[in-house]
Amino acid sequence: MTTENLSIQEFLDRDEQKNLLRLLTAGSVDDGKSTLIGRLLFDSKKIYEDQLDALRRDSQRMGNAGGHLDYALILDGLKAEREQGITIDVDYRYFSTNRRKFIIADTPGHDQYTRNMITGGSTASLAIILVDARTGVITQTRRHSYIVSLLGIRHVVLAVNKMDLVDFSQDVFQRIVDDYRAFLQPLGIPDLLCVPISALDGDNVVEKSPRTPWYEGPSLLEHLENVRIENDPNLTDFRYPVQYVLRPDLDFRGFCGKVASGIVRQGDEVVALPSGKRTHVRRIVTYEGDIDEAFPPMSVTLTLEDEIDVSRGEMLVHPDRLPQRGRNIEAMLVWMDEEPMDTGKSFFLKQTTNTSRTRIDSIRYKVDINTMEQLSVENGRLTPDTLPFTLNQIGKVTLTSSKELFFDPYAMNQATGAFILIDPISHTTCAVGMITGSVSDQEVRRASGLPVIDLSRLGIDASHHEAIRTVVKELARQGIAVELRD
Amino acid sequence: MMKTSYPLSHLKELEAESIHIIREVAAEFENPVMLYSIGKDSSVMVRLAEKAFAPGKAPFPLMHIDSKWKFKEMIQFRDDYARRHGWRLIVESNQEAFRTGVGPFTHGSKVHTDLMKTQALLQSLDKYRFDAAFGGARRDEEKSRAKERIFSFRNEFHQWDPKHQRPELWDLYNTRIRKGESIRVFPLSNWTELDIWQYIRLEQIPIVPLYFAKRRPVVNIDGQLILPDDDRLPEQYRDKIEYRNIRFRTLGCWPLTGAIESEADTIEKIVEEMMTTTRSERTTRVIDFDQEASMEEKKREGYF
Repeated sequence: MTTENLSIQEFLDRDEQKNLLRLLTAGSVDDGKSTLIGRLLFDSKKIYEDQLDALRRDSQRMGNAGGHLDYALILDGLKAEREQGITIDVDYRYFSTNRRKFIIADTPGHDQYTRNMITGGSTASLAIILVDARTGVITQTRRHSYIVSLLGIRHVVLAVNKMDLVDFSQDVFQRIVDDYRAFLQPLGIPDLLCVPISALDGDNVVEKSPRTPWYEGPSLLEHLENVRIENDPNLTDFRYPVQYVLRPDLDFRGFCGKVASGIVRQGDEVVALPSGKRTHVRRIVTYEGDIDEAFPPMSVTLTLEDEIDVSRGEMLVHPDRLPQRGRNIEAMLVWMDEEPMDTGKSFFLKQTTNTSRTRIDSIRYKVDINTMEQLSVENGRLTPDTLPFTLNQIGKVTLTSSKELFFDPYAMNQATGAFILIDPISHTTCAVGMITGSVSDQEVRRASGLPVIDLSRLGIDASHHEAIRTVVKELARQGIAVELRD
Repeated sequence: MMKTSYPLSHLKELEAESIHIIREVAAEFENPVMLYSIGKDSSVMVRLAEKAFAPGKAPFPLMHIDSKWKFKEMIQFRDDYARRHGWRLIVESNQEAFRTGVGPFTHGSKVHTDLMKTQALLQSLDKYRFDAAFGGARRDEEKSRAKERIFSFRNEFHQWDPKHQRPELWDLYNTRIRKGESIRVFPLSNWTELDIWQYIRLEQIPIVPLYFAKRRPVVNIDGQLILPDDDRLPEQYRDKIEYRNIRFRTLGCWPLTGAIESEADTIEKIVEEMMTTTRSERTTRVIDFDQEASMEEKKREGYF
């Protein structure tokens, strides 16, 4: 683990100060992604010997890496996947070096699993995209890169793998890199590194390889250890979605939450949304005692100078840096459910700690993630029948929420720009969204934002209308509002 | 005065994430419970729950599923800790199976674990109608756990379906369930074994003394060093007891938990031993030798 001679005390003291890098890996089925991760884990000596023993036994039985240890087998956990020889879900792996701790979300490469990549990538600061040196940038590479940009991941590493199979040719590498840079340019990823590697042999994974003397950049691991992520979160706009109100006794009223963005200091003036009431932060309370300031992603408890009413789902912010607010938003949506989108449904929308009901008002366009083209009814690429989303489709929609939302565009602030949609019947997370902005009132087709029961459309006889009105009234009294149309 | 960078150490980041998860459960479920195994991970989880609601108390109880074969030191530690820290503690066992004499020596580890742990847990979750249950599992512990969500949906039969997990994004957890369904919540999902030890060291969290090496009586049963904790040790082993310096890497039922020979009597020494060890954590747990992918099968059936 340690190459220097540290006492265990020194080792622990140093280890405790390391920070954490969460990263995502994406590649096609045969790009050697599992092999690369296995290599990172193996070479950072975090695989214990008996896991290796199990690996050697497994390799004899069903390995497919010829004479090499099959690093991929370390990763393929679930039984069914082993038999298929592919990874099917998001898989989290942990390793550390002398400089940093790492969490890898490994996500599969094949077509139908955009969903898993989105899941694994949502918390990642960096993405490793693998390509096979023999095939270069392919459709899946483009797709993965588009998703990475959609998730707002700022740091990308293009790992050109299997360089051993192209004789470590600089020309081959350079062509792939040029290709990729041209493709990536419009996606606005601020930080890209391209590394020629052989995951199987270990070239440029941990150590710089003598077989690529023309490559001047760092090895993959060196880069992962040094890439700066500390300033990635939004530190300017304080957003504090209240998560839980703590009232252990009559004298203490604390608002528990995670600092979603920005920095809060003791004494700061804050405004509570939606009430608009202003007060000051009296204390920032933690188990260890009060602190002077808190920043993301700290979980703290705030007490306020004045007794103002703030509940879960509401938000504390600085008065000079307000978020946008409104019930009508525009967002990029990714459909995650095997059931196709039913635009007549009223979904649950969870954004920060706030859950409301929502309806999809319009689908502006869908994105062909292989070509990045926009498809819409207007441009003739979709018909009303093919308009609703199906699994893994991505596009721009407008939504109306039953409650007012406090948000920022996702590109400015991930913590307040992200939301999930939950199916009201199956309760699955059926879609995820990234807010792009608000929608003006005149653009909103149906203003109420409530689910609509249209009695004539449902063919319900007028003799039953009175009974239904009574039921709807009673539901409204119990907090479930719907709009009734005769 | 103004800093330009706001880095958080990995432990502080993990702590913040866990506290956020614990609070989310308290806010969104009606009747949550924290499953308390008395092990080191549980000890960390319980401390995080104390932190999440300080200066108040966590709005949920601890529940220990007592298989009736736990080490006596564990039971004593459990009761002391709960009393000192003001926790409401629920202890439940599969009384029916216990009365019929189920135990690892007579029924084997598989039957014992199923009846005294899995079934006991399921009965208790039903009895109190808990809609969310915290568990201390970590993703780095075991292969099938590496793929499980932090908020892991269980159907009305408490089963996990690894192929149809709800997508889990950012820190937006889907807590929606129907009556009878439940969610298992794993606030320590992203912690590693080393993180746990580091945290115990930094926060000075009390743990069961069995984790520290000491001269104790053991019997070698099928290659595992078993500490005979009470008089239920079968006759044939009674004259084979010897004294060795041992400690435990995991704690469970005493006949199913192998000790390791060790001199590590401080956390620092434990970590040192762990960093240079040749066997991963769970190999001293006898139950894992049952079959390949056994944990995945147990999990599907409702085991943590």
